[in-house]
Amino acid sequence: MIYLDNISGTPLHPDVKAAMIGYMENSFGNPISQHRAGDEALEALERARGEVARLINAQTAEVVFTSGGTESINQAIKGVALASAEKGRHIITSNIEHQAVLRSLRTLMGMGYHVTSVPVDEYGLVDPGDVERAITDETILVSIMHGNNEIGTIEPIGEIAKIARRRGVPFHTDAVATAGVVPVDAEGLGVDLLSMAANQFYGPSGVGALYVRTGTKIAPLLDGGIQENGLRAGTQNMIGLVGMGKAAELARSELSSRMEHLLHLKKTFVEKISEIDEVLLNGHPTKCLPHLVSCSVRYVEGESMVLMLDEEGICVSTRSACASGSLRASHVLTSIGRDYTSTQGTLIFSFGIYNSIEEVGATMDAFRRSIDFLRSMSPLWDKRR
Amino acid sequence: MSAYSELVMEHFREPRNRGRIEHPDGVGEVGNPVCGDMMTIMIKVKDDRLDDIKFETLGCGAAIAVSSIVTEMAKGKTLQEALQISRETLLAQLGELPKNELHCSNLGADALHKAIMDYYDRKKGRTKTTRGGKVEYLDRREQQCYCPYCEHELPTQAPLCTNCGKPTKAG
Repeated sequence: MIYLDNISGTPLHPDVKAAMIGYMENSFGNPISQHRAGDEALEALERARGEVARLINAQTAEVVFTSGGTESINQAIKGVALASAEKGRHIITSNIEHQAVLRSLRTLMGMGYHVTSVPVDEYGLVDPGDVERAITDETILVSIMHGNNEIGTIEPIGEIAKIARRRGVPFHTDAVATAGVVPVDAEGLGVDLLSMAANQFYGPSGVGALYVRTGTKIAPLLDGGIQENGLRAGTQNMIGLVGMGKAAELARSELSSRMEHLLHLKKTFVEKISEIDEVLLNGHPTKCLPHLVSCSVRYVEGESMVLMLDEEGICVSTRSACASGSLRASHVLTSIGRDYTSTQGTLIFSFGIYNSIEEVGATMDAFRRSIDFLRSMSPLWDKRR
Repeated sequence: MSAYSELVMEHFREPRNRGRIEHPDGVGEVGNPVCGDMMTIMIKVKDDRLDDIKFETLGCGAAIAVSSIVTEMAKGKTLQEALQISRETLLAQLGELPKNELHCSNLGADALHKAIMDYYDRKKGRTKTTRGGKVEYLDRREQQCYCPYCEHELPTQAPLCTNCGKPTKAG
C-alpha cells in the first residue's frame, strides 16, 4: 500500500504505539483519584500535556485535551461565543474554513449570532485588511485557519492575530493541519485559541488539544467534573493522550528533518505533474503545507481516479461531489475560483514521513495511466480535441 | 471501495463498449458538468436492432460501471426491447450502490432512451444534418439534470430542487 492521504490521518509512529501499549499494560487509574493508581495516571497526563505545550510554545495550563480537532474547534468557537454574548454577537471567519468551523458558526447563527466571512484570492490567501475592515464594536471572535486541509495554503495568521489583539477581539485559529507539521508558536503568533489534532503528526485519531491563552473568556461545552482546568469535563482518553504526548515530543525534535523530507517528495511530485496536460495546481506555491498537493485534472471525475489508484494500492483523497456524499462542489475550490469541471476532478495527495521517492514515482505512473484511461472515455475530453 | 458490488467493480475495471461511433444513428447525452456526471451513448441501428452501441462517460465509478452495464445489456436487442431497460431493471442488475450515486443508474437508462428517441427523431425528419455533419434539432432540447435526492428533472442551473427543495450541486 502506498498511503498518500496523510491529511486525513497519519500512521502511528512506532514509538507512539509503544508508549500507548506500555500505558495500556500498566496503568488504568483516573488522574483525579487521590491514591497511587491515580497519581500514576496524573503523572502520565501531565507529562503528555507538557510535551504538547512545548510543541506549540504554550504554558501547560493553557493546553486542554479534547477528542480531536473538531471538538477543539467547536469548543473554541461556541465557548467564546457563549461567554461573550452580552458583549456582542458578531464573528468573523473566512470562506475556506473547515466544516467544523462553518457548521459551528451556522449553529450560532441560528441562535442570533452574525457572521462575516472574508473571501480569499485565487491562491486561497486571506487579506488581513479584509479582516480588519470587518471588525465592529460587536465583534467577539475572529477565526481564521492556519493551514488549509484541501489546498494547503498557509494564512498570515500572525498578522491577523495582531490586528485582532489591537482591537481587543479574541482570535482562534484552526491549526489542525499545521501543528506538529510546521513550526507553530502559539505565544509568538499571538493567537488566543488554537485547535490541533494528534492524527496529523503520527499520533492516534480521536485525540487533540485546544490551546486557550490565559485570561481568555470561554465557557465549557462539556459540563461535569473539574477536569482540564474546568474547561472540559470528563475523564480523559488516557491511552490516546499518552500517544499524543509522545507524538508531540517526536514532532518537536524531528520537525526540520521531516519538513525537508516532505518538501523533497512534494517538489518531485509537482515537477512531474506539470508534464501532464490540463492539470491545474491549487493553493499558494510557497505559502503552503510542505506535504500537500491539490491538483485539478480537467475532463476527469475525482472518485473514478481515486478508485483506479486504490486498485493499484495507492490511497489518495478527492473532494468531487460524488465522493463527498453531500453532492456539492468543494467550497474551498469554488472560493479560489475553480470552475465546476475542475472542482470535480480534484485529487489531494498528502505525503508522510514514511513515503519514499520511489513511491512518488510509482504513484505518478499510476496517476498518468488512470488519467489517460479516464480521459479516453470522457465526452468532454473528446469534444475538446 | 467497499460500497460497490463486485459487478460494479468488474465493469469499472474493464468497461465494455467505451468509445465513439463516427456516424451514429442516434445519440443520447445526459447529465452535465454541474451534476458531476456526463454520459453520452451512441447507437447504430440495423433491421430495428442495436447493431452497435458505445459510450463516453465523465463520472464516478458507479457512472462508468453503469455505462458499461447498460450498453452491454442493450447491444443486439431490438429497439423495443432496449426501451424496456428502465431505471429499475438497471438498479436490479447493479446490486449495492451508495445512496448518493443512485442517480448514476438513472443516467444510464435515460441516456439509452434518449439515443433511441434521437434515432426515431432523425428518421421522422425532426432533425437536419448540416454540411459539416453536425445534427441539429428543429425543436431544441435542453440538457437535463436530475435532483440527486428525489430524481426529479431540473433545469440546468437550479440551486434548489423544485420537487423536494433540497440543494443541488449548483447551489
